[in-house]
Amino acid sequence: MKLAFFGGVYNNSLALDAAIRDAQQRGAERLYCLGDLGAFGPYPDKVFPLLHAADVACVQGNYDDSIGNGLDDCQCGYTDPRDNHFAQLSYDYTLANTSDEHRRWMRELPGELRFEVDGLRFLLCHGSPRKMNEFLWESTTSTHFLDKLADDHEADVILATHTGIHWERALANGRRFINVGCLGRPENDGHTNVWYTFVRTGSDSILDSEQGGRLDVEFVPIEYDHQRLAREMQDEGIPDEFIETILTGWWTTCLEVLPGKERRRGKF
Amino acid sequence: MTETSTSQNVPVVELNSLDELWFQVSGTLCNLECSHCFISCSPHNDSFGYLSLATVEQMLAESVAWGVKEYYFTGGEPFLNREIVPILERTLEFGPATVLTNGTVLQAEWLSRLAAAQENSTYTLEFRVSIDGPTAELNDVIRGPRAFDRAMQGIGRLVAHGFLPIITMTRTWDEADDANILGRFRDALVEQGCDRPRLKILPRLLIGAEVDRTEGYDQFDRITSAMMDGYDTGQLICSHSRVVTDRGVYVCPILLDEPAARLGDNLADATGSFPLSHGACYTCYQYGAICTNPSASG
Repeated sequence: MKLAFFGGVYNNSLALDAAIRDAQQRGAERLYCLGDLGAFGPYPDKVFPLLHAADVACVQGNYDDSIGNGLDDCQCGYTDPRDNHFAQLSYDYTLANTSDEHRRWMRELPGELRFEVDGLRFLLCHGSPRKMNEFLWESTTSTHFLDKLADDHEADVILATHTGIHWERALANGRRFINVGCLGRPENDGHTNVWYTFVRTGSDSILDSEQGGRLDVEFVPIEYDHQRLAREMQDEGIPDEFIETILTGWWTTCLEVLPGKERRRGKF
Repeated sequence: MTETSTSQNVPVVELNSLDELWFQVSGTLCNLECSHCFISCSPHNDSFGYLSLATVEQMLAESVAWGVKEYYFTGGEPFLNREIVPILERTLEFGPATVLTNGTVLQAEWLSRLAAAQENSTYTLEFRVSIDGPTAELNDVIRGPRAFDRAMQGIGRLVAHGFLPIITMTRTWDEADDANILGRFRDALVEQGCDRPRLKILPRLLIGAEVDRTEGYDQFDRITSAMMDGYDTGQLICSHSRVVTDRGVYVCPILLDEPAARLGDNLADATGSFPLSHGACYTCYQYGAICTNPSASG
């Protein structure tokens, strides 16, 4: 089977549209989004019709929980006052500009999705299977920790997002952890594209994994009209710091939660 | 209040998962003698001693079955332990490592080896450097003569070797001055070549040497069961960590002077629940996640 997994959308309907088209062209039979539909970008309500039209099954992220339930903040897990300042600006904007109908829909989203495909037990979550807003960075997550998650939660393939940077790790017994990346903003690498994850299982997979079921993971770069997004952000009075990230590919905020290894790859 | 009802009112925290394993790698031995140190470390305090590479390796191997996510190294001053470089090199084969240092004894040769070890590892090696003020005047009154200049030289060396140290500072000023102090820290660090300063403020813990410098906890500075209603126990390190010392496994790196904080000889003996009966538990409750890195928040 061919499956597409999208991470945080952060109001970026332009990138979501491009990713859905790309996945459909590649023959994706099922599309999933792992949550955080709002934040960062402009016009939150534009995201939902795209998700519904393409039948994208969604997991609830911390942002969706917050917006859906009208909480005071996004529960993003920042510790730095500057990060929290910018997070609050975009949270207040998104809350004020998301319709009641879409807020109700987000409120009802499941915290995880589970299914079995070609003998592989998939578990889709936002941060980690045990906590919606847990950061699982590549450089701060040991392999035996992920093995224990896969044991405890009885899964062969765990997919998450939340950190905004894609990575994957092979686990014991042919199992896999995948951070699918995010569509909302570039990955702090100086490139303006965003990323999603395409998975092929069973007879659709090309490579044989060493053990267990067959599973290919491909991280797909998505180019989209980021200049238009930047103009729309400007029109909506969204902070220049966020617009700079869209135009340059470098993160300018939310830097304090990055581990040293990931932070060194960025500019700021 | 009777003794029984008091003990009934003390909330107990379970170890939900062993996410972080700490190593008291240089015990209570330190080249500095900071006047606020919550475990009164000094060149002469050998109540806890060094951990050997062999001990750390054994615990690393044991930690795999527990699914430990990250490893932390503290003291005292970890870089007084002659085996600290191979200890950190070995740890980076298992998972991410964070070392808490005063930054005053770091040698370029060690940092070259550690930079190479991190480069060859999937995992990050984080340096947390304790500096208690943005000037020598503010810092040295706590940490001793020349401690500021020496720590800033250490920061310069870390940056030169490609590390991005996290500067931790204990708040010995009024909380309202935080923004001002952080701003001055940023300026001082940029001057040192550290153009991406990562800063973390820690609350004072009113135990150890700090009791003589200022004051201890009031008897009412305690957590009650009612205070735990709706509280995220994940904010408390005792719900997701343990500390290996040369005298057994302890509940957290803060309560080493409390006999009740020693939970057992090894990890398997030390997974029981812990009563939050200490004044320092109250500070941990108030501020939350004071021992872990920002990247582990959420």
